[in-house]
Formats: sequence, structure tokens, C-alpha cells
Amino acid sequence: MIRLLSIALLLLCWQAAALFADPRLLPGPAPVFAAIVEQAQSGALLVNLAATLARVIAAFLIAMSLGSALGYVMGRRALLDRLLDPFVVVLLNLPALVVIVLAYLWAGLTEAAAIGAVALNKLPNAIVVMREGARALDARLDEMADVFRFSRAARLRHVVAPQLAPYIAAATRSGLSLVWKIVLVVELIGRSNGVGFEINMAFQLFDVRLLLAYAIPFVLLMLGVETLLVQPLERHVSRWRRSPARGQGLV
Amino acid sequence: MSHDGAAALLEVRVSSKDHVTAGGRSLCVLRDLQFTLPAGRAGAVVGPSGCGKTTLLRLIAGLDRQYRGSIRLPAGGRLGMVFQEPRLLPWRSVVDNLRIAAPQASAATLAALLARLGLAEHAEHFPGELSLGLARRVALARALAIEPDLLLMDEPFVSLDAALARELRGEIAALIDEKKVTTLIVTHDIREAIELADRVFLLSTRPARVGATLEIGTPRRALTKEAADALQREADAAIEAMRRR
Repeated sequence: MIRLLSIALLLLCWQAAALFADPRLLPGPAPVFAAIVEQAQSGALLVNLAATLARVIAAFLIAMSLGSALGYVMGRRALLDRLLDPFVVVLLNLPALVVIVLAYLWAGLTEAAAIGAVALNKLPNAIVVMREGARALDARLDEMADVFRFSRAARLRHVVAPQLAPYIAAATRSGLSLVWKIVLVVELIGRSNGVGFEINMAFQLFDVRLLLAYAIPFVLLMLGVETLLVQPLERHVSRWRRSPARGQGLV
Repeated sequence: MSHDGAAALLEVRVSSKDHVTAGGRSLCVLRDLQFTLPAGRAGAVVGPSGCGKTTLLRLIAGLDRQYRGSIRLPAGGRLGMVFQEPRLLPWRSVVDNLRIAAPQASAATLAALLARLGLAEHAEHFPGELSLGLARRVALARALAIEPDLLLMDEPFVSLDAALARELRGEIAALIDEKKVTTLIVTHDIREAIELADRVFLLSTRPARVGATLEIGTPRRALTKEAADALQREADAAIEAMRRR
């Protein structure tokens, strides 16, 4: 209820600001909504949202699976950690734009280069979070699993995964928002569809209305993913806690 | 469970076990510690706290292989262990904790085991919802669920109140008799050891070795208070003798 109220308040402020601003610089909610409907009717909105969402999902899955595996072994094996840590630090501090431009230069303006560049930007972040998780694994439960001779699968599923779940959730949270922002950049530079491409068009045409007509639906889409997918999943895996550590959602 | 004599016993011969302290110094914890336990019998290792009992248990459980000597487990070598802290998986229900440790056990077997330990109504609870006494029972049920060739228990009654400890002790004694599982209990309480074990190994101070062995001839159920008192006096005398040496 309070969330709805706060959203209504935001719309009100926007409307008020639009009354005093140049409509070319800041169109009000009504013209933007009309633009959204217009784009939706032509089918362009759906195509571009789908293209961006597909890239977000692909890049996110690659970065998370690779980052989880690497972070886990680095947290468990000190030697590997020392060996790979410099690369993680370099990747963490490499500007996203440098990775994107290099990927396009080396692999051409291809889909693989775009998704790969985004995944590479998210990868070190996933590694660092998952490495923390692996370091915090309870050695006493490891010993218990040793004595009872748990199979590899049982150990992963029942001992390791539940302990890593909060870290996976944290990496997912920060990951999704990071990935979609970078996806827009790769689309702006080297793709011919997607929300980022449309925003570039809007920039060329000095069309703030079009820009907002693409940005707002995509933000809402990501909010939906967070509320309907990430949060319920988090609640499910932490149901064993007496006072569930509820995820602080964006909505 | 096999009963083919020599192969079926627990044989522990530790010539030395060192701990490296945080300061980097090497500290001898166990030296020339030897004992054997026939199959199907219950043994208790008794010693003052800090003498290396838990270290010994970790060696037998295979959790620590940095020692000189040899340890032979009963044939089959399946271990069931009850740790001092129950070490249950907090994110799995009680019955799932048993099922994960003993995937080959049938649902009926597990249900019967839980009922036997008075845990039937807690089968679907998470370990965090249980008291320490109940969690210990679950840990015991888990160790028994795998039908172990050797059951190891590390201070199973520590930090339980007296009445609860007595109740659990009675149940464990009955279960050992019923399942005829070779059992080794580590405890600091000599009375506890006398009431549970067939054979009591008294450890010396550090570096620990078996200073005296007490044979409890009478079956657990027939043990009278007088007989237990006599055994306790015998144990106290042995401990006193060890101290003077």
C-alpha cells in the first residue's frame, strides 16, 4: 500500500515538473504513456524488450555459472585463489566500456561479442561474492559429511548449496541490475535492436519521449523479475530460518 | 553385522599424535595409546577434559590422518557418529536429515527409528526448532539409521540437565543392547561410562595413553547401585595411581 502511494507520489512530482519544463526536455507522464502504447501497437516495443531481455538472461547465466564455479574453487583451494586472484582484480577494475570495445574489435559486431562482453563485466563480481560464500562454509558440517560418507551429489545439494544460497541471491540481485545496464551500452554501440539501440535512436532524434517509452517498460520488467522470481525463491530457500531474513525488494 | 572374531574388532594403536599450537610449537597429545574393543561391545574412553579424548575420536573417525600408528575399524567400516554439537543440517527437516545420511534406509525404518527415540512428532520440524536434548536424539537417530559397524559418541550428555541426561543414557543403553552395534563413547564422567559400557578405558593426563582398563562384567540392566559404586571406587583408585606415577 505504502509502495503504491510512493509510486503515485513520484508520478505526481513528474507531472508537476513537466508543467514547468520544456516539453521536449521533460514530457509529462501522459505523452510518454501514449508513446509506449504507440510503440507497443507497432510491435517494436515487444521485439526490442525481448531482444534486450534475452541478452540479459544469456549474459547473466554465463557469468553466474562460470563465476559460481570459479568463486567456489577459489574459496576452497588457497593455491588456486592466489593464482587467479590477480586476474579477478584486473577484471574488477577494467572499465566496462574497455571490455565492450575490445570485444567488438576482436570478435566483430556480433551477438557473441556483445553477450560475452557483458558476461565478462559481471564475472569478477560473481566470483568475489561466491568466493566469500565458499570461505564461510561450515567446516563442522564438512566433517559430518565426511564421516557419513555423503555422495558428491548429496554433499553439493544438501550441505554446500543451502549455505551458498544467500550469496547466490546477493550475486543475483546485484548481477541482474548490473547486467541490464551494461547490455544497454553494448546495444547502443554495436547492435541493431534492443532497448539500448532505441535509446540511441532517441538520442539522435533528441526524442526524450521515446527514450522514456523504452526505459520505463524495461525497468518495470526487471522489477517484475525481482519481485516475482528472485524474492519468492529467496523466501523458499530461507524458510528454515526461524525469523526469515526477508529480502529487501525494489518495489 | 559380522561376528567373525578377529576381523570384527576395533583396534587402536596410536604411537604418537602431535598438535601444532598457534605459536608453532609441537605438543604431544597422545603417546602409545592402545586398546581393542570386540565387535558388538560398548567401550568408553574416560579422561579429564583437555586430555585428547576428542582428538582420539577424530583419529578413529578418519577426520585427522596426521598421526603415527594404526587404527583398524570393525569389518565393513561404516561409521555412525554423534558429535558433541549435533551437526544437523539446519535447512533440512529432521526426517530429511536421516534420509540424506542413510539413503538406503526405507521410510518405514526411519519412521520406526524416530518413534523409538520419541521423535515421531518432530519428523517434519527443522533442527532449529528443537531443544539441544531433542537435537542430540536426532543426531543419534541419524548415526543409527546408517546401521553402522561402529558407533562413535562424543560426550553425548554434555550440557543436558541431569534428568534429561539420565533419560537419554537409559535409552542409549537399551539401544546398544538391542542393535548390538559396536560402540565407543568418549566422556569425562566415570559414572556415565560405567553405566553405558562393557569396557572402560581410563586415559592418563597429557600425553594421553590408556592407564587402566575396567571390565564391567555385569550386563547394563542388571548393574545395581552397589556394583556401580564398587566399580567407581576401583576407577577412582586407578586414576589416583596414574596421577601418583
